[in-house]
Amino acid sequence: MGSFLDWFLPPGASTFAADIDRIYYAVLIITGIAFVIVEAGLVWFAIKYRARPGRKATYTHGSMRAEMIWTAIPAVSVVALGIWSGTVWNNIKARDSIPEGALEYAVMVSQFEWMFTYAGRDGEIGTADDFTLRNQLHVPVGRAVVLRLQSEDVIHSLFIPAFRVKQDIVPGMHMAVWFEATQTGRFEIACAELCGNGHTTMGAMTTVHSTAEFDEWVASRPATTALR
Amino acid sequence: MATTALPQEAAHAEAHELPFIRKYIFSTDHKIIGIQFLLMSLAFLGIGGFAAMLIRWQLGFPDVAIPGATILPETMAPGGYLLPEFYNSLVTMHGTLMVFFAVMPLLVGVFGNFLIPLKIGAPDMAFPRLNMWSFWIAVPAGVLMLSGFFVEGGAAGAGWTSYAPLSANSEYSGVFLGQQLWLLSLAVLGLSSILGATNYITTVVNLRAPGMTWFRLPLSIWALFITAILVLLAIPILSGAAIMLFFDQTIGTHFFDATGGGQPLLWQHLFWYFGHPEVYILILPGMGMVSDIIANGSRKPVFGYHSMVYALIAIAFLGWIVWGHHMFQSGMNPTLGMGFMISTMLIAVPSAIKTFNWMGTMWRGSIRFHVPMLHAITFVAMFVIGGLSGIFMASAPVDIFIHDTYFIVAHLHYVLFGGSLFAIFAAVTYWYPKMFGRMMDPFWGKVHWAITAVAFNVTFFPMHVLGAQGHMRRIYDPNQYEFLQPLQGTNTLITIGALVLFGAQFIFMGNFVISWFKGRKAPDNPWDDNGVEWTVHSPPPHLNFAETPVIYRAAYEYSSPLVEEDYLPQTRNLGSDSGPAAKPAAG
Amino acid sequence: MAHPAVMQTPANRELGSGVYNEKLGIWVFLGSEVMFFTALIGSYIILRFSNPGAFAAPNTVLNIPVTATNTFLLICSSVTMVKAFAAAHDNDMAKMKWYLLATTLIGASFVGVQIYEYTHLIHSGFLPSGLREGSHFAELATAGELGLGTPDAGVAGIYGSTFYTMTGFHGFHVTVGVICLTYVTTKAFRGKYAQTDHRGIEVIGLYWHFVDLVWIILFTIVYLI
Repeated sequence: MGSFLDWFLPPGASTFAADIDRIYYAVLIITGIAFVIVEAGLVWFAIKYRARPGRKATYTHGSMRAEMIWTAIPAVSVVALGIWSGTVWNNIKARDSIPEGALEYAVMVSQFEWMFTYAGRDGEIGTADDFTLRNQLHVPVGRAVVLRLQSEDVIHSLFIPAFRVKQDIVPGMHMAVWFEATQTGRFEIACAELCGNGHTTMGAMTTVHSTAEFDEWVASRPATTALR
Repeated sequence: MATTALPQEAAHAEAHELPFIRKYIFSTDHKIIGIQFLLMSLAFLGIGGFAAMLIRWQLGFPDVAIPGATILPETMAPGGYLLPEFYNSLVTMHGTLMVFFAVMPLLVGVFGNFLIPLKIGAPDMAFPRLNMWSFWIAVPAGVLMLSGFFVEGGAAGAGWTSYAPLSANSEYSGVFLGQQLWLLSLAVLGLSSILGATNYITTVVNLRAPGMTWFRLPLSIWALFITAILVLLAIPILSGAAIMLFFDQTIGTHFFDATGGGQPLLWQHLFWYFGHPEVYILILPGMGMVSDIIANGSRKPVFGYHSMVYALIAIAFLGWIVWGHHMFQSGMNPTLGMGFMISTMLIAVPSAIKTFNWMGTMWRGSIRFHVPMLHAITFVAMFVIGGLSGIFMASAPVDIFIHDTYFIVAHLHYVLFGGSLFAIFAAVTYWYPKMFGRMMDPFWGKVHWAITAVAFNVTFFPMHVLGAQGHMRRIYDPNQYEFLQPLQGTNTLITIGALVLFGAQFIFMGNFVISWFKGRKAPDNPWDDNGVEWTVHSPPPHLNFAETPVIYRAAYEYSSPLVEEDYLPQTRNLGSDSGPAAKPAAG
Repeated sequence: MAHPAVMQTPANRELGSGVYNEKLGIWVFLGSEVMFFTALIGSYIILRFSNPGAFAAPNTVLNIPVTATNTFLLICSSVTMVKAFAAAHDNDMAKMKWYLLATTLIGASFVGVQIYEYTHLIHSGFLPSGLREGSHFAELATAGELGLGTPDAGVAGIYGSTFYTMTGFHGFHVTVGVICLTYVTTKAFRGKYAQTDHRGIEVIGLYWHFVDLVWIILFTIVYLI
């Protein structure tokens, strides 16, 4: 059982995971401070200013200076946070953020499965040596990969927690999401958008190989007819 | 439409005892309509809560049959185990019932109706008959919504947000009629809300008693007024979208169907363009009423009354330009993310202003811990958590990870339950004496408050942790995923908390019902409050005031040096007061 | 609006806005209506821009002369509505009655023409779900005479979806207006309005002008552009 106060994110395994986690922890600290101030203040005031015989409340309508302080501090903090977040966001999700030479995959999703089409030995999608695997994504470590996502039926959402990757896949639209794994191993893929009765079963697995292992693995795959 | 009955005639006509059906069923009295909304929405609150218990049982004890659930039909829970399709229906209906049929009518329908005329010194709403209709349109909407459970294919199962095309096409969801009933119900309820909002706005603008200037209005009325504007402008967007989706399902239009030229994302834009103002519809009245109660409990004027009003307006305005933050990961153009992120973050500013002003109101007060005050303080404490957790998902990169996880579920429940529902408990316990003429039992009130406050946090606080571990929301069986299996213990803990939380509400219901018949007779002004409603009998007579009240001052003159007592009613003429035409007292 | 409930405002009370309740109420309600049509028209604009080839050229599917005449009718009814209100204001009750009756009848004929238009369009194969296979319009589409990007009837579906939803909801509003006008006209003929009190006429008038205005927008963006 995870600890009641375990606010740490699971270990990240992609290049931008650390950037996201850094903002998360920064927000955790900022909001943590605000949380303590407010909650402690409420408790303190509740005890200190409880009704007691012979004491009357102080008659005051407020303080302009106090209003200025608690308007300005949050305003400055959130705008700063917003600008920082915006930079990281653009590096991850902006349409021109996909690194040059990223390894391409075509991903077709439907209720309730993931079809990953690989570029094959020539490294290019749409050629004869492409092959397709169901619910299995194999990628090389240390190289950017881009998944070209399409949905056949309803909205699904590609979620790879360890890579801090999430992207809805809307029918009729072409989505792309990229990441670069930083460690080898197996990482789960989940569907994060309610997509029907089998939503809960719509999992898949990413396997991150070392470069040599990945090339070997690709070479050993027979080409299959791409599903599309 | 244009007959003018003279006021004397009306008063005479009403003096005759109305038949039961006109007095309590098809009543045009805003107080009776408020109570009707109260009973209806408490019933829906119970049903919505029960749905949540079934959901929680599935997540907390997936290997144990739900006790007694064998009475449910095979299409829902064979052998006492929920089917995934029924689980989806429960998730959908829990959200829908709580948002549209419990919290929204509790805040807007109940207190909008009950408080507005009383607090502004008006005999009734501007359009009493329209008011009656807005209740009696809401009832069939509720029946339509619940009937989804009894039709073939089950109730709507695409989530309360009903994203197309899952919601548009029964081939994908397996739900046929249920989804259409869901949409019809919301369109009908929308009409009820729009009629109600029209009424509230007209009443507040036109029928304020002499001397009740805008800046003498209690914050509860400010909040309800601004909420009514949001309802008026946001609900028709949902109605339009719901009708389009309904046509997609029934007459084969293609609004949200990509294969016919439609756009699934259009639904999301329309839904959230309505949906974010809706979020504020669900919290602003609570903020307003809590402000009234905290000032009363602290025996002090509201700290920074004007900032409180401007903060309400700012939140309502920002609510219209932030909807895209629900859609960061939706495939919407990522460039828009930046703008939506900054506008969303800015909401923290008016929220912080309100929070610190509530604390400022308590500062150097003389706090009376009556039951409404306990709930009101808890509202502030919980709303802060919900507000702060909102900053996480406002940051689009962090949202990549926590979007569609339990972090969101935790956030929205801290705002909607920790916020709105605690405000509702505060308001119900505060105005109960005025509604029913009897006091609720304070001992059981405190027991209910204590258990609810603790169980609420046991239920929802660990959900942040689930979210931080990547636990998706709306998922029937998280144990399908290896990375979620270690979280089973947390899920079980949450379920235990939820069961206690649900159980504690029976204390409230018991107190509510028993006090109605057996409670101590309420005096006119049990809380020593300044509001206009406390100058009349509990419960107030038909048309409220024997003669039109005259207002001399702002709503929160507690502990004023001008008088011996620690409160100074808005209607009390000190002799030195220059009369209703006077400018509002400074501050 | 449809439920004329009157608040007995005490004589000693000044109305906060200086405008009587019904008039303020209808303005507020129309604010809601604006948002409703914004949702429909906004969706239309988005869908049209994303499917430039799916909307038929003007005057191929829709019959502009007929609808232009209908538009003219509706504008006329707004004029007669204004005349009715002015007559009431000038205490010319006979004139008011006949102008109200004229407004009601013209409004009803607008609905009649719209029903005729729908019947004709559906008969020729233009449906909310797209062009009916084998129908007159489907043949024209295949022959490339509708100005569609592709002659694919399925793609043309979004055209019918938006057309029927927008004009249908406008027609529904006109129908509700005609029903209310019938009520007001009946009351007028029974002599229930006076120079000092003709609020009902002003309120229904405001609604009627709003519906007219919406139609002018719809006619422009659906039929002409």
